[in-house]
Amino acid sequence: MRPAAPIIAGESLRIVRGGAFILDVPYLEVREGEVLSLIGPNGSGKTSLLLTLAHLATPFEGVVFFAGRRVGADCPVLEYRRALAMAFQEPLLFDTSVSENVASGLRIRGLKRSVISDRVAEYLDLFGISHLRNRSARSLSGGEAQRTNLARAFATKPRAIFLDEPFASLDPGSREPLIDDIQRVLEKTKTTTLLVTHDLMEALRLSDRIAVMGRGRIHQIDTPDEVMNRPVDETVAAFVSAGTVLAGLVIEKRRDTFVVAVNSEEIESAGAFGVGESVGLYIRPENVTLSIGLNAVGQKRVTGARNVFPATIVRIMPLGFYEKVLLDCGFPLVSYVTHQSRKALELREGQRVSASFEATAIHVIARGRREPPEPSSC
Amino acid sequence: MELIFEGIRKALWLLATLDPEVMGITLLSLKVSGVATLVSLVTGIPVGAALALSRFPGRQIAVGLVNTGMGLPPVVVGLFISILLWRNGPLGFLGMLYTPAAMIIAQTVIAAPIVMGITLAAMQQLPKKLRLQILALGATRLQVVWILIREARLPLLAAVMAGFGGVISEVGASIMVGGNIKGYSRVLTTATVMETSRGNFATAIALGIILLLLVYAVNLVLTHVQQRERPQ
Repeated sequence: MRPAAPIIAGESLRIVRGGAFILDVPYLEVREGEVLSLIGPNGSGKTSLLLTLAHLATPFEGVVFFAGRRVGADCPVLEYRRALAMAFQEPLLFDTSVSENVASGLRIRGLKRSVISDRVAEYLDLFGISHLRNRSARSLSGGEAQRTNLARAFATKPRAIFLDEPFASLDPGSREPLIDDIQRVLEKTKTTTLLVTHDLMEALRLSDRIAVMGRGRIHQIDTPDEVMNRPVDETVAAFVSAGTVLAGLVIEKRRDTFVVAVNSEEIESAGAFGVGESVGLYIRPENVTLSIGLNAVGQKRVTGARNVFPATIVRIMPLGFYEKVLLDCGFPLVSYVTHQSRKALELREGQRVSASFEATAIHVIARGRREPPEPSSC
Repeated sequence: MELIFEGIRKALWLLATLDPEVMGITLLSLKVSGVATLVSLVTGIPVGAALALSRFPGRQIAVGLVNTGMGLPPVVVGLFISILLWRNGPLGFLGMLYTPAAMIIAQTVIAAPIVMGITLAAMQQLPKKLRLQILALGATRLQVVWILIREARLPLLAAVMAGFGGVISEVGASIMVGGNIKGYSRVLTTATVMETSRGNFATAIALGIILLLLVYAVNLVLTHVQQRERPQ
């Protein structure tokens, strides 16, 4: 299937402040009907890119195209902005009633009163806030205010909507139902969406494509599956993994695998890298299995996995439905276990365990070629 | 104390009998200061908003001038307006010196920087991203300014109160450019000064009380509007 045509495209987008690049994106397109998420840590340039594409960041270098027309030349900026809608993290509602807020974008466009009235009713209903229509926007809870904000943005029936961390400041009780509702609205309206978030789960749930940003640049833009499982570099891996990213050197080539020296340990990985190549190993925490009971000499326990290491539990952190276990195997390793597993294995900090992972569970990133280390004597 | 009670008694009497001279002075005070406040709002709000929303070289100096203007001494304003409107002055051909129009000009010069300064502060207190949000809703520049002014309407009521309070109670400029002419350019403050200088303390106190009541009544109305609009 051919990808949809881009409705918005940015070329050579740059923002320079104090001699440093805040944003440096050679090309980005947002395709008709897709949900494209910009993810990355704080300060990675996500919001700058969003504002630049919306022609709201000043000053910036580069060109933005809307439906093939150059914004500011073939397409007036006002016409472009009226084809878009935007919702920020803070709801930024006007000091008036909920329904007046939802109507504000329509009033700005000078639509007829009857059209406004029908549209407001439709979007209040769509976001489940009809009962709040006469309430002052100042008296709303965080979740209600963000629903009003989103209803205001969607009510203009934009060709594309830009959402800047719309769920970030909400408590989980308001956040989950709102994400569900947005998902439903996007499925219904097929609105092209550019979503800025630093929450990977949010991006995975809503997006058709994900762009991972760092230091003003897009490191990878692809489907969620590709970004999660085949990160192109360490920046992407570090952001999407929440797990282990190791740097090492290939010291041995085998038939279908190769061996990488990491600190004083050897890790076997599937793939075809040559001796002397510097690689980054990316191991997802859910692929690391823990078991108790080391062999008699406190070494590797026998399992089916290619990589088995004796490890010490450094820290256990509860993460909602599961727990994150930080391990020291001579190199740092992260594993996820369920509450049940933790109880069954009686895991505790300082405990010695076996950590294992398959050679095929490692994603390898090339980092260039370096000289292999001298063979170690021990 | 006797003097004060006498003044209060006289004020009540003048008000109860709707003394024509006092009513005329009061109405002229309201007219001059009301028009001056209106003109200063019409000029001060857009200038204050423009200063708050724009970035240009010398903006700091402009903001500093506005802030200085908020404390402009009325006698200095009176002096400059007198020189401008003096028979041989640059605007002497208008023949406006010692007229209520000259008083309106002087009071506008006093009130406009107050309105500008408060507008500037009120607009700067709005969330920075609000302007972007309004632009993103598809607003023209004029619509952006209008919506932002509407959002800052509560602090802007303070600008109205401060502007009106500043001009209705000033005396220096009014006496210098208005001349305190009986039945023509005499207002509550200039009349109070004159009665005090003549030793008619009771009348002066009566005029002072009327002035206070007038300021209180206007502010009461504005405060009522402000508090009704205040978010719950």
